[in-house]
Amino acid sequence: MSERVLMKGNEALAEAAIRAGCRHFFGYPITPQTELAAYMSKVMPKIGGTYLQAESEIAAVNMVLGAASAGVRAMTSSSSPGISLKTEGISYMAGSDLPAVIINVQRGGPGLGGIQPSQADYWQATKAPGHGDLHVLVFAPSSVQEMVDLVGHAFDKADEYRMPAMILADGMLGQMMEPVAIGEGSGGSNVEKPWAANGHKGGRKHNIVNSLYLQAADLERLVKERFERYAVIEEKEAMSESYMTEDAEYIVVAYGASARVAKAAVREARSQGIKAGLIRPITLWPFPKKAIKDAAENAKAFLCVEMSMGQMIDDVKLAIECSRPVEFFGRTGGIIPTPAEVLENIKKLAGGDK
Amino acid sequence: MAIVFQKPKALTDVPTHYCPGCTHGIIHRLVAECLDELGIEGKTVGVAPVGCAVMAYNYFGCDMIQAPHGRAPAIATGVKRSLPDNVVFTYQGDGDLAAIGTAETVHSATRGENITVIFVNNAIYGMTGGQMAPTSLPNQVTQTTPYGRDVKTAGYPVRVCEMLSTLDGTAYAERVSVDCVKNVMKAKKAIKKAFETQIAGKGFSIVEVVSACPTNWGLSPVEALDWLRANMLPYYPLGVYKDKTEEEAE
Repeated sequence: MSERVLMKGNEALAEAAIRAGCRHFFGYPITPQTELAAYMSKVMPKIGGTYLQAESEIAAVNMVLGAASAGVRAMTSSSSPGISLKTEGISYMAGSDLPAVIINVQRGGPGLGGIQPSQADYWQATKAPGHGDLHVLVFAPSSVQEMVDLVGHAFDKADEYRMPAMILADGMLGQMMEPVAIGEGSGGSNVEKPWAANGHKGGRKHNIVNSLYLQAADLERLVKERFERYAVIEEKEAMSESYMTEDAEYIVVAYGASARVAKAAVREARSQGIKAGLIRPITLWPFPKKAIKDAAENAKAFLCVEMSMGQMIDDVKLAIECSRPVEFFGRTGGIIPTPAEVLENIKKLAGGDK
Repeated sequence: MAIVFQKPKALTDVPTHYCPGCTHGIIHRLVAECLDELGIEGKTVGVAPVGCAVMAYNYFGCDMIQAPHGRAPAIATGVKRSLPDNVVFTYQGDGDLAAIGTAETVHSATRGENITVIFVNNAIYGMTGGQMAPTSLPNQVTQTTPYGRDVKTAGYPVRVCEMLSTLDGTAYAERVSVDCVKNVMKAKKAIKKAFETQIAGKGFSIVEVVSACPTNWGLSPVEALDWLRANMLPYYPLGVYKDKTEEEAE
């Protein structure tokens, strides 16, 4: 077990990415992810890696596209408005079957929005991270330790499935300090990338990294093949945490920072005799449908808690096929809900019983 | 019988989609001949643009990446930073390089990114059917300047070599043309020098090739070359705009 140190989420994530074998980071300043890029700029030159401050978020993500095409582990990080700019590159990477990791330390939106923590980019990350038929893997940490653990996992899965992966964090997780153990990481050096554009050395046919298919039938076939891969991912890669759900009648569904708040509220509800539980999706795409559907068997109602106007709630309703009422509580614009507010909503849900 | 002329090895055996009289074919050949002569095809990664040359990835024999519109220099940057011993070039048109990709162009140049850019300037958007380009000449008639490019409303053309030559990171910038045999020979020398600049680690190199688009100019191939000489060369003078290749490395 590696030593536990006190670190900011953004910095811990950067260090974990390096240990996962990322030696190429392309960034552009934006609050509240700045510490991540600053950490990279400090460490990368000392270990023979690349830190490059690009001229824009668009350039940064396309530098990642280039590095990923060359076959190396590459990453970029940003926050909500910057992620909108990166969607071009994300779509092209998805269409070219390129693995890479994109970090979104979310802030309030839309537009320039604010700089306080938010979860209002759920739809963007899970439904439309770029134009076209595509998904990216989306991981939602809820602690600094999970920021660390998920980034290595994201690189491994991106390589395994040849697709972009996103860490959907928020300003609270990025900025807060917690004790964290950062392991050695996978390093990623054992991954074969025979498709990479790294010079054929006269030994093979030229590799082409491309997303253009002018024949509609070709494009349809490739998209369908990609969706077969997505189906395997939905089957195998969904992750979630269940807390006190075994006998739970009222189930809160929350991820990331709001799941921390929700967990405290569930604990308090239990102490007041309400059979509450929490399901915390760790992967947002693939969405942990089965865990939520299974929990619905004994549940009377669900409460979705988000730092938005309610985005994940749609997926919860779909997962349980609307077989139970699903209520919503959220704060938005950069406001973090309090445990008391969530508890109040659990009580409201349990209304008749308590 | 002795072979006196053949296709460069660095071009694949695929017919191109270019229009009759288009100069892309000549420029592809020149780039491929340089890859052959320098013996670098096996370690070269090319980046294709969005525009008429989008399918250049099918024509060059080296490894290729197809870029989003204008982003080729950013992608080349990512490749070069990952594989510093490889040779990396972009092949871009005027809309790609001097409109949507201006930031990527200027900043890869000012960083002294050790890549080579082949810039094909034919003063029009070819692939989408002949709209005004950032390099369309004043009064030039295009689909989106049907009364001629009015500089009062559409602004002035961008002179890319002149602009980039002001940047310290640009090691080599030359403007050439492929309108006649003599200029084709000069163009090849420039492209080869640009690759040599990169191989020597000197920094950003660009060769702007003033080119013809008979289809969208509405001219025959021969008329197009006449138009190029009469109109484009006065606005875009040929020559070396920047050459730091003889300077000692810092």
